[in-house]
Amino acid sequence: MSDTSSKNISYYLRTHMREYGMVLALIAIMAFFQYLTDGVLMKPVNLTNLFLQNSYVIIMAVGMLLVIVGGNIDLSVGSVVGFIGALAAVMAVQWDLPTFVVIPVCLVVGGLIGCAQGYWVAYWRIPSFIVTLAGMLVFRGLTLALLGGASVGPFPSNFQLMSSGFIPDLMGGLIDGRFNVFSMTLGVLVALLLPALGLRSRAKQARFAVVEEPMAFFAAKHALAGFAILYIAYLLSTYRGLPNVLIVMALLIAIFTFVTNSTTIGRRIYAMGGNEKAALLSGINTRKLAFLTFANMGMLAALAGLVFAARLNTATPKAGIAFELDVIAAVFIGGASMSGGVGKIIGAVVGALIMGVMNNGMSIVGVGIDWQQVIKGLVLLAAVIFDVYNKNKA
Amino acid sequence: MDTILEMRNITKTFPGVKALDDVNLKVRRGEIHALCGENGAGKSTLMKVLSGVYPHGTYEGDILFDDNIQSFRDIRDSEARGIIIIHQELALVPLLSIAENIFLGNELSENGVINWPKTFARTTELLGKVGLREAPNTLVTNIGVGKQQLVEIAKALSKEVKLLILDEPTSSLQENDSQKLLDLLIEFRNQGITSILISHKLNEISRVADRITVIRDGRAVSTLDCLDGQISEDDIVKDMVGRDMAHRYPERIPNIGATMMEVRNWTCYHPLHPTQKLIKDVNIDVAAGEVVGIAGLMGAGRTELAMSIFGKSYGHNISGEVLMHGKPVDVSTVQRAIASGLAYVTEDRKEMGLILDESITTNITLANLPGVSERGVLNDGAERGVAEEYRQKINIRTPNVGQKVVNLSGGNQQKVVLSKWLFAGPEVLILDEPTRGIDVGAKYEIYSIINQLAADGKGVIMISSEMPELLGMCDRIYVMNEGEIKGQLAASDASQEKIMHMILKG
Repeated sequence: MSDTSSKNISYYLRTHMREYGMVLALIAIMAFFQYLTDGVLMKPVNLTNLFLQNSYVIIMAVGMLLVIVGGNIDLSVGSVVGFIGALAAVMAVQWDLPTFVVIPVCLVVGGLIGCAQGYWVAYWRIPSFIVTLAGMLVFRGLTLALLGGASVGPFPSNFQLMSSGFIPDLMGGLIDGRFNVFSMTLGVLVALLLPALGLRSRAKQARFAVVEEPMAFFAAKHALAGFAILYIAYLLSTYRGLPNVLIVMALLIAIFTFVTNSTTIGRRIYAMGGNEKAALLSGINTRKLAFLTFANMGMLAALAGLVFAARLNTATPKAGIAFELDVIAAVFIGGASMSGGVGKIIGAVVGALIMGVMNNGMSIVGVGIDWQQVIKGLVLLAAVIFDVYNKNKA
Repeated sequence: MDTILEMRNITKTFPGVKALDDVNLKVRRGEIHALCGENGAGKSTLMKVLSGVYPHGTYEGDILFDDNIQSFRDIRDSEARGIIIIHQELALVPLLSIAENIFLGNELSENGVINWPKTFARTTELLGKVGLREAPNTLVTNIGVGKQQLVEIAKALSKEVKLLILDEPTSSLQENDSQKLLDLLIEFRNQGITSILISHKLNEISRVADRITVIRDGRAVSTLDCLDGQISEDDIVKDMVGRDMAHRYPERIPNIGATMMEVRNWTCYHPLHPTQKLIKDVNIDVAAGEVVGIAGLMGAGRTELAMSIFGKSYGHNISGEVLMHGKPVDVSTVQRAIASGLAYVTEDRKEMGLILDESITTNITLANLPGVSERGVLNDGAERGVAEEYRQKINIRTPNVGQKVVNLSGGNQQKVVLSKWLFAGPEVLILDEPTRGIDVGAKYEIYSIINQLAADGKGVIMISSEMPELLGMCDRIYVMNEGEIKGQLAASDASQEKIMHMILKG
């Protein structure tokens, strides 16, 4: 290896410390709990549960990332989760409406809630903290009102599929019907697709300029990611296959990674959060963008609300309490900046997984809910201190 | 006569710039001593050295005050000796009362408990001295700028003041408020308080000053004695501007085409004070291939004019018309202004021009993302290609275009901002202080880019506070003051003296 390329690698490592640091932290935390729980953590059953338990946090973290990158915050998402769950229960259980009506209506209502809050933030310049704090109270109250203070359930079985369903094995099982070949095939396809896409974008870059990321890094990154995907797909295939929710999450992650990395609208959201005045003077309609990030957040909160209600199979007045804190913590652990303009979708997802693995691992080990909170709080603080420390050193 | 202050051989350097070069200043006890000079000549730097904003050790030379060599560590130190400075931007807290502001940081208190009756009594007494009839508990935000200035002076008097420094005290005041303030200075002189007055307004200076020191390019070029004989304003102006201008600007042979953009009857009001007219009926135009300057002092309304034209980014109740190639165009939003062929390069590149934490590439393509995307999807490669092209074309010094803008020097940052607007493909560029805060070499490169733009048939409007720059670069210069165009000069006919006269007298 020549001198310049090793210099490149160390430079690249220093400037991208944060991104890789978090992934390494996730791996370390998983290894730690794998050891502490005597291998229970990575058992197919538990892994499946891990995804089901954290799906709603990941779904919302994706939307919250855009809101935070845009320089705002949304505190109302937990209440919206509760409200949409209640609305779905009223529609599906009390009014007997079919699921294919309930789901779209709930998503639209969520979007409208986001629009209503985004309107005040974007066009009246009322701080998002205040608008969504108000929203948090309003929708918590409306949840109670809708449910009359009691739980409503159970949901029809096709509604429950949203969170407890698994994709059917279209290819027929092997090994006593206990290995889901279709799920494994999907895993293999994704594991092959990612490096292919990566190579294509490198080739595109190389046509115009030097490629920033050293090849060794690129290879190591994709080897690791590919291995992780294959391993997880394998584990899940030996249980019941890929959960529906996992597919929904994967699609959301893919779509929003594309939006943030490769579209003009994504670029403009980063610009708005990075320096609103400069963005405005560059001809960017910052109001419309802020509005859209909230509309999107509302819709994703509604989706999370549906998934959560389906998982509990009942709508309770307490559903979604303090979810906003988990979601916001995930985004900040994932490296987003409070002042806006910085943060990645994959970071938010890793942040959510770190929180999720810790929750799950500590529960298995038997750490009480009291100490779980303390530890999660300290992890959030440590992640942000790590950020600030890195920034000051640079 | 007895000397209260002597500044000896003061030299102050910032990275790359010598802001003060061996400056000597003597102020006699009980006089009003005026400091004159162009924007950036070094007046404010000299006063910051004197008041301890730049502490002892960060400059060379000695400060003798009351016959002792002083080594101030900060403003508190200099204030303790009786040197009080009142800055151009008032340092009052708007939502606190007059009394609270006057005693801020210096409260009349016992064991941390404020003695309000005493505070109000002292405030009333001080307000009487400066001739301000307002209740001590009136909030500062509720009184006008002129009265706020008086509150600042009352605050200075609340401390034992021996030397009062006023930095452009009348720049934001109406005529009669200015008169009152100057009368107050004369009153202070009669009481034995020494003042240093920094001002651009020569008529005010010749009215109240006993002596005048002129600063130019970081040097004290002369001290004029007003009591001695007849000092004319022309003498002061000559000392302020006289300097060699050869070879600092690249040659350009003007090739001026048809009129490209016209601004007609442009009027705009202050965004917060809706009755204050900032821009008054301005008419300007620029032709293809022409570089037009707008000269004026800080606060003349040039930036406000430019930003109000560029998508109504500043001001309130804007009226007037913008024509491109003779046809009225819509410039009511930044998007529409850009679509009409305008670009505005801000004077404040860090706050309003760049996203510092983003790469050079991201910044360059920001105003024209459709140019590097298809149906809303960015083309990574094309984007980098564009950035590379501009890096080479206008010589942005960086190992690669993925570099964050925050790591670049001022000159290279300015080139990134220019690249952004060049890539947006405008017909007319408004450049607001395009060379502020960048070194001489980079300035020359920016000038060359401006010349190239003109040669390509673009119209360039250049706002600058540095008159030599305008004289060296422009085909035509508008002179602006107090929101009005005071006149225009052809390059062949313009001189710094003429511009100064238009500003100060016109």
